[in-house]
Amino acid sequence: MTASLEKGVRVLKEVIDAPIASYFNSCVHCGLCAEACLFYTETGNPKYTPIHKLEPMRRLYEQEYTLLGRLKKTVGLSKPVTDAELGEWQELVYNSCTLCGRCSAVCPVGNDVVYMVRKFREGMSASGNAPEGIKGAANRTITIGSPMGVKLPAVKAQMKHVEKDFGIPIPMDVEGAEYMVMLSSMEIMNFPEYLGAIAKIMQHVGKTWTLCSTAFEATNAGMQIGNSDLARVIVSRIVEGAEKLKVKTVISPECGHAYTALRWEGANLVGRPFTFKVQHIVEVLGEFQELGLLKTEGFEKVRLTFHDPCQLARRGGVIQPQRNLLNMVAKNFVEMPDAGYMNWCCGGGGGASAIEEGEALRLEAFKVKKSQFETVKPDRVVTACANCRIVLEEGLEHYQMDLPVVGLTEMVADHLVAKGA
Amino acid sequence: MQGPLIESLARQGVSRRTFSKYCATLASMMALSPVAGQAMASALAAAPAATRRPSVIWLPFQECTGCTESITRSHSPTIEGMIFDMVSLDYQETLMAAAGFQAEEALHTAMKENQGKYLLIVDGSVPLALEGAYSCIAGRTNLELLKEASRGAAAIVAMGSCAAFGGLPHANPNPTGAVAVSDIIKDRPIVNVPGCPPIPVVMTGVLAHFITFGSLPELDALGRPKAFYGETIHDRCYRRPFYDQGKFAKTFDDEGARNGWCLFELGCKGPVTYNSCATTKWNAGTSWPVESGHGCLGCSEPDFWDAGGFYRALSVPAGPLQMVGAAAAVGVATGAAVSFLNRAKKRAAKAGHETTTLADLEK
Amino acid sequence: MNEMQLLTWVRGPGLNLAVGIFVLGVLWRLFEIYSLGRKKDLSAPRALPGASGWRTIFRRTLPAEGMLKKAPVTYIAGAIFHIGLAIVVFLFAPHIKLIQSLFGISWPALPSQFVDLITIVTLVALLVLLADRIMNPVKRFLSTFEDWFTWTLTFLPVLTGWLAVRHLLLPYTTMLALHILCVELLLVFLPFTKLFHAFTVFGSRWFIGAINGHKGVAV
Repeated sequence: MTASLEKGVRVLKEVIDAPIASYFNSCVHCGLCAEACLFYTETGNPKYTPIHKLEPMRRLYEQEYTLLGRLKKTVGLSKPVTDAELGEWQELVYNSCTLCGRCSAVCPVGNDVVYMVRKFREGMSASGNAPEGIKGAANRTITIGSPMGVKLPAVKAQMKHVEKDFGIPIPMDVEGAEYMVMLSSMEIMNFPEYLGAIAKIMQHVGKTWTLCSTAFEATNAGMQIGNSDLARVIVSRIVEGAEKLKVKTVISPECGHAYTALRWEGANLVGRPFTFKVQHIVEVLGEFQELGLLKTEGFEKVRLTFHDPCQLARRGGVIQPQRNLLNMVAKNFVEMPDAGYMNWCCGGGGGASAIEEGEALRLEAFKVKKSQFETVKPDRVVTACANCRIVLEEGLEHYQMDLPVVGLTEMVADHLVAKGA
Repeated sequence: MQGPLIESLARQGVSRRTFSKYCATLASMMALSPVAGQAMASALAAAPAATRRPSVIWLPFQECTGCTESITRSHSPTIEGMIFDMVSLDYQETLMAAAGFQAEEALHTAMKENQGKYLLIVDGSVPLALEGAYSCIAGRTNLELLKEASRGAAAIVAMGSCAAFGGLPHANPNPTGAVAVSDIIKDRPIVNVPGCPPIPVVMTGVLAHFITFGSLPELDALGRPKAFYGETIHDRCYRRPFYDQGKFAKTFDDEGARNGWCLFELGCKGPVTYNSCATTKWNAGTSWPVESGHGCLGCSEPDFWDAGGFYRALSVPAGPLQMVGAAAAVGVATGAAVSFLNRAKKRAAKAGHETTTLADLEK
Repeated sequence: MNEMQLLTWVRGPGLNLAVGIFVLGVLWRLFEIYSLGRKKDLSAPRALPGASGWRTIFRRTLPAEGMLKKAPVTYIAGAIFHIGLAIVVFLFAPHIKLIQSLFGISWPALPSQFVDLITIVTLVALLVLLADRIMNPVKRFLSTFEDWFTWTLTFLPVLTGWLAVRHLLLPYTTMLALHILCVELLLVFLPFTKLFHAFTVFGSRWFIGAINGHKGVAV
């Protein structure tokens, strides 16, 4: 079996539902979604208007699911969707969309454009029109286990390093642990301090936790490519692992789409509610803070600001905990303009950072983040997503801004009072 | 001013001054200049002197005689009498003394002797159904009579809404096939003087214009003299301020009605009716329908009988919305049918789902 | 057909037909759109008081944070147009009379001069929106024949109504007949164009509110 337009069309027919029908019929071409999308605001090119990214799906919906649309198609007044057209739309649906959801936040008639883009990706991927970069990531995630090709031996090696550096054992496959911790490739490869921070924190609060040898990777490239079948394969590993180890809560790491994939799409992909809780590490830390389990000392003295990962804040509903945590360990925390729910995307989520040919566009879109930083003039940027960290670092380097980007979990761990094992 | 008419009026106690004032009033009502008033006075006074009085023939068709009744209601009999002295009313069934064969002979003699010069007044509609049998005089249909009489007429006055637009007989379902004069005659100047009935002074004003100037006054798109039909009742109504303030009587004896508020909600057709009732009024300026507390019927407009009802305001539908029930049923049926097809299509798409593997990402 | 006959037709059979098509169209389209259904969300919800579909129906009437300065014309002219149209349609005495005759309910009207002023403001807002649709690069890029057509369908009833009340352009009877005819055209095309957002906006806002409310995000 290979990808084909027919497959793509069939998949789209499957996923189009009442919300999508309502959204397409409500759009009045007001253009406000473009004003919210960094790919339009920073380039001035109207083709990046979010609702326009869905045009082939809109026409397909009309031709398949409306009486007048069917008639129009029969008499030739409505062009059928072609494979070439879907190919043309690849740039719009992937390179210029990070599924950040700002468009959905502003639409006056209530259109959930990001919801529709996510569904459109199902048809795009099934018809073979997903970008090479994400296909590669999906391939590696499914066959090897992680989008960056990280295998269990590499994970075990990192575990050993962290154990040595932090002096805390890193558990793996411990049945009955309260928390199952997952990592994203980015953390395993680039930010091993994260694992150390987790170990420190868990020891501090006295909670049992474990890694899972068959489900250490949180990143869901299947979701980024927009293919539920592939996403399901990846999520299923996590579900199986969690159920096998009988954990209470699975912790999604500092990653954006991993959280969305597991917390919100996961149960729907496997077709049944989870028997365990799913929380982002920031949620977990926030809970620990509220329960008074985190005893910290000292404060960051430099001027800090926080970049809200889209999938965590706007799309995931975790907006306040990161601020409470920051205020616990920092004296000079200032919000950037549009902070919180309406914060601007780093430009690299949703698989975009894996698309090589989209780099120039991403860097142009980064100008909005640049202007936020220029307004608030922080000494350091804190965030809670490893992909955001990389993308921010790349963007800052491109614009020659000397501004370190750090992770929230590590910062919290750094201020924990030493308690004893 | 000299002339037999002036002497005749003097004998009846109408002074020159009164006569001049009458002509000036008539002229101003027709929005003519004061000079025209003087011209009118001279013409009227001198008219019968050298020549014959102009012949006027009045043919009654499918009518109720209301127009004749109206024209004989005058400000004062002597002035109307002047009109009749001014013209030679050679045929008028209600007013003439003769009947039967003598009346017919008077008609034909007048038509023959004044060929091409007489003014033909028609009231009532012309029935066409049953080959015109619905209205005949002396065994001849109105249609035939109209065609014959119009051949020699200088101009035709379609007096009243029936002659002008078909009137009451023309109302749904129009069993007699009634039509207006202008639907039959196409080759003569026609002035429509609608109203059910028309206002007396409007009728005499049109006649006076014709007799003075030998032509018809300026007409609107429906052939009505602009002097009398150029403005709507609404625009000259004394209750207009209440309309503008939104103060409406809602029943005929509520507080609003007693306060003399606007009758729009009680069906007044003032906004779409062109006539002089609001300014000239009726019965020598005594009153008019709105002033008496009843909305304007729109009687000088075509098809006013079928305009949705005298007591239905202009802003409400002219008839019940009968289609809504059926339309709703068809809408639901269509929607349900499409829904069924949609869900079947979605189910089929789901059933035909081919699980995507990595290989399937490539075309 | 003369103007009085045209007026009687648009008040009678014309209105009957237009309202019939409107009712038929609305019901058909509502079924067509919402019958596609929505799969149940099996993920564990995050409770946040106040985050729901109902809340979003109202909240979306206001601009999202930071957006007003990005597109002031769209928001301000759009708001003026919608509010102005609502005032003119629902608070003008002859219109209230029409609603009363159809549904039996009525309410006090605004003084007609005030409605006249609001009508002018509404017309200006519509023209500003047209100009913006032509000049704004995104709107120009997105606009199709349907956008221009529906703008005209919306503009003409307001314009002809105003001209009729003001006795401008054509004699009143004709102007009134044209006004009613323009309203009928609007009714006929509403269910089959983007104007149907008048109905679907509630469903769309409810859906986005509910879907996000499930995640504990109040949109």
